[in-house]
Amino acid sequence: MMCIEETNLHESREEMESLILDDSSNGQSHSGAKLVLNHDDPLLSSSSSFMDPQNPNSISILSSHASFNAFLDPPSYAEAIFTSFDSSSNGHDQIPLFSSSNSNPRSSDYLQISVSDPQKEQELSNSLVPGGTTYYTYLITTRTNLPEFGGSGSEFSVRRRFKDVVTLSDRLSESYRGFFIPLRPDKSVVESQVMAKQEFVEQRRVSLEKYLRRLAAHPVIRRSEELRVFLEAKGKLPLPKSVDVASRVIDGAARLPRQLLGEEAIDVNEVAQPAKGGRDLLRMFRELKQAVSNDWSSVKPVVVEEDKWFLEKKEKLMEFEQELSNVSQQAELLVKAQQDMGETMGELGLAFVKLTKFETEEAVFDSQRERAGDMKNVATAAVKSSRLYRELNGQTVKHLEKLHEYLGIMLAVNNAFSDRSSALLTVQTLSSDLASLHLKIEKLEAASAKIFGGDRSRLRRIEELKETVRATEDAKICAEREYERIKENIRSELERHDKERHDDFMSMLRGFVVNQAGYAEKMANVWETLAEETNAYVKDGS
Amino acid sequence: MISTNRTLSGSSQSPRSPSSQPPYLSVSVTDPVKLGNGVQAYISYRVITKTNFPEYQGPEKIVIRRYSDFIWLRDRLFEKYKGIFIPPLPEKSAVEKFRFSAEFIEMRRQALDIFVNRIASHHALQQSEDLRTFLQADEETMDRLRAHETGIFKKKPADLMQMFKDVQSKVSDVVLGKEKPVEESDPEYEKLKHYIFELENHLAEAQKHAYRLVKRHRELGQSLSDFGKAVKLLGACEGNSLGKAFSELGAKSEILSVKLQKEAHQLLMNFEEPLKDYVRAVQSIKATITERANAFRRQCELTETIKLKEINLNKLSLIRSDKVGEAEMEYNELKAESEEATRLFESIVRLMNEELVHFQERKTLDMGIAFNEFARGQARLANGIADAWRSLLPKLDACSSS
Repeated sequence: MMCIEETNLHESREEMESLILDDSSNGQSHSGAKLVLNHDDPLLSSSSSFMDPQNPNSISILSSHASFNAFLDPPSYAEAIFTSFDSSSNGHDQIPLFSSSNSNPRSSDYLQISVSDPQKEQELSNSLVPGGTTYYTYLITTRTNLPEFGGSGSEFSVRRRFKDVVTLSDRLSESYRGFFIPLRPDKSVVESQVMAKQEFVEQRRVSLEKYLRRLAAHPVIRRSEELRVFLEAKGKLPLPKSVDVASRVIDGAARLPRQLLGEEAIDVNEVAQPAKGGRDLLRMFRELKQAVSNDWSSVKPVVVEEDKWFLEKKEKLMEFEQELSNVSQQAELLVKAQQDMGETMGELGLAFVKLTKFETEEAVFDSQRERAGDMKNVATAAVKSSRLYRELNGQTVKHLEKLHEYLGIMLAVNNAFSDRSSALLTVQTLSSDLASLHLKIEKLEAASAKIFGGDRSRLRRIEELKETVRATEDAKICAEREYERIKENIRSELERHDKERHDDFMSMLRGFVVNQAGYAEKMANVWETLAEETNAYVKDGS
Repeated sequence: MISTNRTLSGSSQSPRSPSSQPPYLSVSVTDPVKLGNGVQAYISYRVITKTNFPEYQGPEKIVIRRYSDFIWLRDRLFEKYKGIFIPPLPEKSAVEKFRFSAEFIEMRRQALDIFVNRIASHHALQQSEDLRTFLQADEETMDRLRAHETGIFKKKPADLMQMFKDVQSKVSDVVLGKEKPVEESDPEYEKLKHYIFELENHLAEAQKHAYRLVKRHRELGQSLSDFGKAVKLLGACEGNSLGKAFSELGAKSEILSVKLQKEAHQLLMNFEEPLKDYVRAVQSIKATITERANAFRRQCELTETIKLKEINLNKLSLIRSDKVGEAEMEYNELKAESEEATRLFESIVRLMNEELVHFQERKTLDMGIAFNEFARGQARLANGIADAWRSLLPKLDACSSS
């Protein structure tokens, strides 16, 4: 929550001293920060006492802020400067519970998801291993008023394990080809072995929550049957674990009659899926031979006029991803540099605190006492500055995390383009199948024509082949429809994505800049105070 | 800028001074020039002296000096003016790579300039003949003197520490047949010694962090520059208004990077160096402490030796030995030496007490100025950063509305 508190916090010197020399580590990590800040730093413990005692969640600021309020409009300023660290949210990241209002025209619609309460459970079957294996389940709590879930606001919970999430993700990938589907969390097999159990489970809980919330924020996915089932269905997750073509409903293909023609039968439903993982091993091999790669590079031979748009888009997106990745890297280095600056400033402050104490205790001359006073002022300024750098950095991380997020989104975009490529490959495979079938028929007809009275076996063969041709043509129509559907999905997604990216990045930039400016002003105040306190030396001295 | 005790200069000026002008002696160390080749390369400085002291050859004199000449001067003064805190020199060795970097040379030049000026404005040290030699002698003479003195007075801080430790523990015990170390039993002086040693530790730590802070400024500047470049490239990719926003941000980052580098340099020269200078000054005091300990030990030794000699002399005179004359002569010699040693020791004590008062005052002043510079620099930087980002906001708003 954002509280705007303008308190004139005047720290007494004694308080300052006790703050810094108190070495107990509070260890309160600022969640949401991508980089792990130094937990051993004793200054970290003091941040809570630096805050306004009345309201522990607000950050008190120095006096005289006419300059702040004059130029910055309060909401954005408050967002950048006064947002309290979510110490109460235990690890909840900054993705809002409410789905982004950009994609949701009716802002009264909500789909809020939270993941909590990890519990260890025993694997029931599989008695090969004595004692059995264990796994963790998580409580998925949903609050929503979407019509898919009944319409009037409701709240419900289910328990799911990570495998269920993988299933959900796989099913979504199949059903929503061409969409920019948020990527599910890693399986992290290595990490699960290496990390401390509690830490790993918590990390997983956080990433699951992020993932589900992203799904809920996608205007199309949030209304999917797969997601609904995942969130609502009690007991075991009623989604097929592997590709089960028979139970699928495919746009367009379901309306076509099935034609069972023996071993050459082609299930049109299958056609709409890439051959990989399907039952048509033959087609899979052929597609593998044809495809160069299903990533960004185009499938040979594909140079069709209408694809120019897609090719161009792909190029641009690749370039964008490259530059984004660069910026993201540099952003991390920037955050590190700010962190280092804050740390060193803090250490300098501590060194001066020690000096102050020392000179005060050992003072024989007045000049020493005077110097001790000066050093205390320096220490105060340095420590305050150090804390400001820390806060600045925490906010910087929150803003720049958008960059990392969009790198993730680019992966989803990549997947969508892959879907398109595979769909195109399917169409082309079927086309070449047709071509070779026609050739076979021609050859047989030619050969059969030479025999007087006809060649019964050949004629029968020709009939069979013609049936296959009809089925293949139907399949090809299906595949073409699927291909067009995917392209349309990509087009609309790109439009949505472009707008969202524009808005997100603009607000990220603005937030970053406001943050930097705000904290720089605060720091200027701190140092101007010290300059005033030591001005006498410049007037008197040489 | 570091203050010098100008208030004391001229107070003990030669009565023969004819000019109506107040006496002055000001020196500047300028124009570092790299001479020589390869391993033997070194930096030479122009030392310009302006003075109306009668002992000097003229109102202005320019000589060429190198670092080891300054060491010669420091060592001579240390020998002759025991009890006085000789101004410190910048460190001798430097990592080979940086020995000729512009920054290092400038820092050294500044420190040498301060060194000579402190000597020139110290009421006692400014009378030194060695100072006159240093400021006026031609290069060949200087070379000869320097070569002659090499090795004799080379006291590294480690050596001084060792000597101090020696004084605290043994050696003289053998001569005197005693077990206890020969030390002053003045509790105030003990306190002072402890203070000086502790002070060095604390100051060294502060200086270390100040140096790191300089580095951090440079690093932050570098990362802002890299960040700005990357953001600009991303902006070029984006195109349209968002792209423009990115470009503006990138440009600002690069501007701020330059400000940070500038401030890093200021911080180094006006905050870190004065702290370093403070540390060196404390180390110089430690050297004086050692001298005092030596003088004290010598005085004790002689006092003890005289007692023995006195007893011996009485014995000899009782038995009317013909060695009495010799012994008496020895005894008188020793007595003179002992008186001399006592005088020296007492003068060291007196001088140290005077020096200490001035030292504390001067350091409060020096540090006050350094702190002020530090504060101004940081405020300047912070304001610059705030202004730069602030000026970007209207541009960003323009971009988002388009």
